[in-house]
Amino acid sequence: MTITQTEAVESTSTRTRSLSRTLGRVAEALCTPLVPADYLDIVAPMRPGARRAKVVAVRPETARATTLVLRPAFRWPGHRPGQYLRLGVDVDGVRLWRSYSLTGPQRADGTLTVTVGALDGGAVSSHLQSVRAGALVEVEGPDGVFTLPDVAPAKTLFVTAGTGLTPVMGMLRTRLADLPDVVLVHSARTADDVMFAEELRDWAAQGRLRLVERHTATDGRLTAAALADLVPDLAERETWACGPNGLLDEIAAAAQVQGWTQQLHTERFRPVLVEPGTGGTVTYGRAGVTLEADGATTLLAAGEAGGVLLPSGCRMGICFQCVVPLTEGSVRDVRNGVVTTATAEDPALVQTCISAAAGPCALDV
Amino acid sequence: MTAIQHKPVSPVAHLTPEDVEELGRLLDEIREEVVSSRGASDAEYIRKVIKTQRRLELGSRAVLLASLFPPAWVVGTIGLSIAKILENMEIGHNVMHGQWDWMRDPKIHSTTWEWDNVTPSEHWKHSHNELHHTWTNVLGKDNDLGYGIMRVDEDQPWSPALLGQPFYNFLNMLVFEYGIAAYDLELFALGKASAEKKAATWAKGKQVLRKVRKQVLRDYVLHPALSGPSFVPTLAANAVANLVRNVWTHSVIMCGHFPSGVETFTRKSIEGETRGEWYLRQMLGSANITGGKFMHVMTGNLSYQIEHHLYPDLPSNRYSEVAPRVQELFERYGLTYVSGPLPKQVASAWWKVIRLSMPTKADLDKRAARKARRATGRRPAVPAQHQQETVLEPVA
Repeated sequence: MTITQTEAVESTSTRTRSLSRTLGRVAEALCTPLVPADYLDIVAPMRPGARRAKVVAVRPETARATTLVLRPAFRWPGHRPGQYLRLGVDVDGVRLWRSYSLTGPQRADGTLTVTVGALDGGAVSSHLQSVRAGALVEVEGPDGVFTLPDVAPAKTLFVTAGTGLTPVMGMLRTRLADLPDVVLVHSARTADDVMFAEELRDWAAQGRLRLVERHTATDGRLTAAALADLVPDLAERETWACGPNGLLDEIAAAAQVQGWTQQLHTERFRPVLVEPGTGGTVTYGRAGVTLEADGATTLLAAGEAGGVLLPSGCRMGICFQCVVPLTEGSVRDVRNGVVTTATAEDPALVQTCISAAAGPCALDV
Repeated sequence: MTAIQHKPVSPVAHLTPEDVEELGRLLDEIREEVVSSRGASDAEYIRKVIKTQRRLELGSRAVLLASLFPPAWVVGTIGLSIAKILENMEIGHNVMHGQWDWMRDPKIHSTTWEWDNVTPSEHWKHSHNELHHTWTNVLGKDNDLGYGIMRVDEDQPWSPALLGQPFYNFLNMLVFEYGIAAYDLELFALGKASAEKKAATWAKGKQVLRKVRKQVLRDYVLHPALSGPSFVPTLAANAVANLVRNVWTHSVIMCGHFPSGVETFTRKSIEGETRGEWYLRQMLGSANITGGKFMHVMTGNLSYQIEHHLYPDLPSNRYSEVAPRVQELFERYGLTYVSGPLPKQVASAWWKVIRLSMPTKADLDKRAARKARRATGRRPAVPAQHQQETVLEPVA
């Protein structure tokens, strides 16, 4: 290609880009105060680029877990096995966000799979058990650092319990072939409660991994001591563990004592939630102020007393001028006692003038 | 009307403080029932309204591409007018009130919503949600009582400039969204403002101008240009739709607090106001419009002004269901539930604007007394209650 040709190509592409930018600006000007996406969402919610996905298939994995096959409308940026995505679904009219591990690589048809275990009292997980094919969900991600390194470890151990198996399944389905020595200790209530049981047992039968199933209904809860018995060369293995906080704490403590903390990777599905109480430590993140507030003092009054500059209006809950993001913890509506809880994965907007701390909480203000 | 505290017979004289608190408790109960039953069907309602509004707007704008053809102009203009009204009333006003914040949908949230009105939503939320809804019908505190350009209460002082208020009101009706923007900027009080306040107003004014520019570009340049040979008819259609919306919203809003039977309150009377007393003020300070379902939606359910003022943050689709229960409380406590069909309420509000533009003998006497006071710098003997009214309390 000659220099002139290169320049011609470049100027054409610059012209195309600037033309599409101009068209974009005109479209925005035609739609103000909305944006073109607001209209497109009405007529074509699954248009290319929209940050949502269609549930294309639903299949029960066990009696209490369901696999969803999702087709994202946007170009999936790819994910590392073990990573999760965030799903936003409307439950009783309220948009709630939860993270779910991807249980395998993106398939040739562009679909992704997640497996959702029903949690007792879990609003989203219960809702997703009965979701139908064709439903649309909001999607963000992928994210997460609970992943395998590019260079496979010589010896690998996976310790999982319940739905803690899902990120590990993502790793195994993608990387099992390059992992030379794999032990999977999986704990579930009964043999029937083991997700992906057929696939795992097939792999075990083919000698591709050593599978240890622990059925808590008959064998009791998996402990660090039991784990050491089941896997004698524990300290030589690079370990990935995912499950309830109790189990992970115990494994972490054992690793600390035995000196293999460096080889332990864990992922917690649920943040350590504090039972909503009365009053608590309030963190005003951006202001850099942390203070104690009782259950009768609103976050607005407490913050102002502590020198935080907060937006406010009517101070009686009607004008919504004081709404700020609650990034973590629980607050209680002082008018009716209703508790709102937020986590890093599902923050909430709250009115500070009628909310009091219900345990430790953090505001992004 | 005259402030309730100045009336020879107060309409709330028969209520004991205990009655008022009990009334507040009962109203809180109704509120809690709605809050605890908000759910999927409410979310579906607002999404349906938004969807319908956007389809109607897109459809009408599409029809207007051929607005050179008169039937297309008529259909497109009617559709666009309805779409613009829905967008401001049932959607914008209510979303900005936080009625749908509980859905946690960032697209339908009071903190993110911007409406098709030259007043930026931030300005509106301050002047309307905060000032008007907190100080409803309190003389000297709630500027919605006449918008600072009119006298809509006997207790507001008369001046010769107010002779023109029927004309100002008519003009304001025609350009209502611009009137609101000027009102939210408090332009009419700017003369007395500090330099700091003037600078802040200028900054806010620039935000308004930015919105004006965007809307003018959209309605009067781009959409007409898209229509090609139909440029002028499409421009006219947009102008008419904006005019229709101005007239309609102005009329509906006049019905909220101006019709006869609605009470006003003095500043003194709300010192240390309890929750029950606040509720009572909202009950007496608002008026409803009767009508069918379509009328209610087109007013953004502000036809349930009383219920809206009691519960400004409850989803608008639920006002109709709480209205009979609220009305029953009015009856039980011997209060007047002001309500009437649109034409009657509009006429009543207009009659007040016309009537109060002209002074009574008492108004002229008071004006003369004020003048004399200013001249001598001395307070003449006026009835004690009126004297109280002239004392300015520090603004909280």
